[in-house]
Amino acid sequence: MNLHAIRAIYLYEMARTGRTLLQSVVAPVVTTSLYFIVFGAAIGTRIAEIEGVVYGAFIVPGLIMLMLLTQSVSNASFGIFMPRFTGTFYEILSAPVSAFEIVVGYVGAAATKSVILGLIILATAGLFVPLRIAHPGWMLGLLVLTAVTFSLLGFIIGIWAEGFEQLQFVPLLVITPLTFLGGTFYSIDVLPPAWQTVTLFNPVVYLVSAFRWSFYGIADVQVGASLAVTLAFLAAGLAAAWWIFRTGYRLKA
Amino acid sequence: MHPIISISKLSKTYATGQQALRNVDLEIRRGEIFGLLGPNGAGKTTLIGAVCGIVRPSAGSVSVGGHDIVREWRAARTLIGLVPQELTNNAFDSVLGTVRFSRGLFGKPPDPARLQQVLEELSLWERRDSRVMTLSGGMKRRMLIAKALAHDPQVLFLDEPTAGVDVELRQGMWQAVRRLREAGVTIILTTHYIEEAELVADRIGVINHGEIVVVDDKAALMQRLGRKQLTLELQAPLDALPPALAARGLALAAGGRELVYSYDAQAEASGIADLLGELEQTGVGFRDLRTTQSSLEDIFVDLVRQRR
Ligand SMILES: Nc1ncnc2c1ncn2[C@@H]1O[C@H](COP(=O)(O)OP(=O)(O)O)[C@@H](O)[C@H]1O
Ligand SMILES: [Mg+2]
Repeated sequence: MNLHAIRAIYLYEMARTGRTLLQSVVAPVVTTSLYFIVFGAAIGTRIAEIEGVVYGAFIVPGLIMLMLLTQSVSNASFGIFMPRFTGTFYEILSAPVSAFEIVVGYVGAAATKSVILGLIILATAGLFVPLRIAHPGWMLGLLVLTAVTFSLLGFIIGIWAEGFEQLQFVPLLVITPLTFLGGTFYSIDVLPPAWQTVTLFNPVVYLVSAFRWSFYGIADVQVGASLAVTLAFLAAGLAAAWWIFRTGYRLKA
Repeated sequence: MHPIISISKLSKTYATGQQALRNVDLEIRRGEIFGLLGPNGAGKTTLIGAVCGIVRPSAGSVSVGGHDIVREWRAARTLIGLVPQELTNNAFDSVLGTVRFSRGLFGKPPDPARLQQVLEELSLWERRDSRVMTLSGGMKRRMLIAKALAHDPQVLFLDEPTAGVDVELRQGMWQAVRRLREAGVTIILTTHYIEEAELVADRIGVINHGEIVVVDDKAALMQRLGRKQLTLELQAPLDALPPALAARGLALAAGGRELVYSYDAQAEASGIADLLGELEQTGVGFRDLRTTQSSLEDIFVDLVRQRR
């Protein structure tokens, strides 16, 4: 195990985050605050409580997930796309580092950043609505697991992408719609039965549901099912990353 | 002594169908400066890429320091430092930051004193906190060398290190290369300039169309390659060569209107001064003169023909 390499990649990526601190923290915080003002305070007061939780508080876990998913994907994809784009990736290819070590370094850094961001947004939410966290350990665990899984997805996108458009394509056209349709702003119980079934094919539903359960003890789907789906997704991501480095896909001529 | 790098039957065909390496056999001796000489597109960068793990070979095997680059890739790669041909553009990083990254990536523990030494040797210590985008081309090249040296490799690849580097800085670069060799580092550099290979290399390999055409000690090779011709346009055509001139190895050309003198460009004394004196004495006047040196292309053609 080349621990020095993992450390070097991790610290390098964290330093990159430090340089872009403003845009990487301020923007999501401002966006989330806007959601709270509009959906929590303005519209939320006219919406009934959902299973005993005021609407403003109900949407907090979903909003954190929304940010966590989009930020994880975009950070991690950018982190690995940049060295490909600038030509510095030759160094990583020629170094005594394994695929796994590269993934741990890049994905670890992106996930760390997402988790920090998630916690900042949580704190921001606390300023707007009354928060209650029933299972803090699970809450943190799910936060980390989701950040890692979607950073890994971002990593794969960053290797697949051949330009900046493709880099933005997935967060914008896949992650955001899936999150909006994944029960961020409503309980899927309110949907007609047919749509409820369709929704169960949306992986984000499982994340949001489990995460909300860690706050309020209410869930749309079984927590166990949520965990299983997330872990399966993580395993698929790891397999894809292993395949990429094994075959040199988009990396080696 | 075992060679530090041994390449055996290495071939590479790109996905485009372009065959960039054909059955290359090559051994690099420990501690030497090896010049890989060849025109653009000859396969130099591909060869380096295959040794360093950037290009996947289609066939053949490579070992570095006795470690097979596939089976014992970690051990093999730890020994290698690579300075790429293309300047990279990691604009926002600091010089020191990017060099520190390289050392860690190659599995070495942090060592600020060593990094300072490396940067000082390449005259970059003053610029350690500068962002890469503020560096000149020559500085960027040196920064890439610093990155390659940050983990104290035993083998250093320099792919066209003087591209875009002005003449003054080249001198400094060659001095640095020689110092490295004194410290026991084996250096493989590519170039398409004969003069450059001549200046620094101990041994030279010529590659053309993906094939190693010749590998030889510099001195031996230069003698084979470095012929020059002096052509004199005569004022009046000569029917026959005066014996004194024939004895010097001159020949008549262009129907007696030109005199051609071939000589070794490497020799201490080319004999041209003597020759001109001789012409004056024999009363052979000339209107004009020109010298020509076989271009690298000509030489490749010659070498390939010799082999077939
Ligand atoms: N990634 C690639 N895909 C397809 N062909 C390539 C690639 N890289 C190099 N080539 C081709 O392989 C040949 C050798 O290239 P290269 O090794 O870069 O030569 P050199 O470094 O000697 O100039 C050239 O014909 C070049 O066009
Ligand atoms: Mg080249």
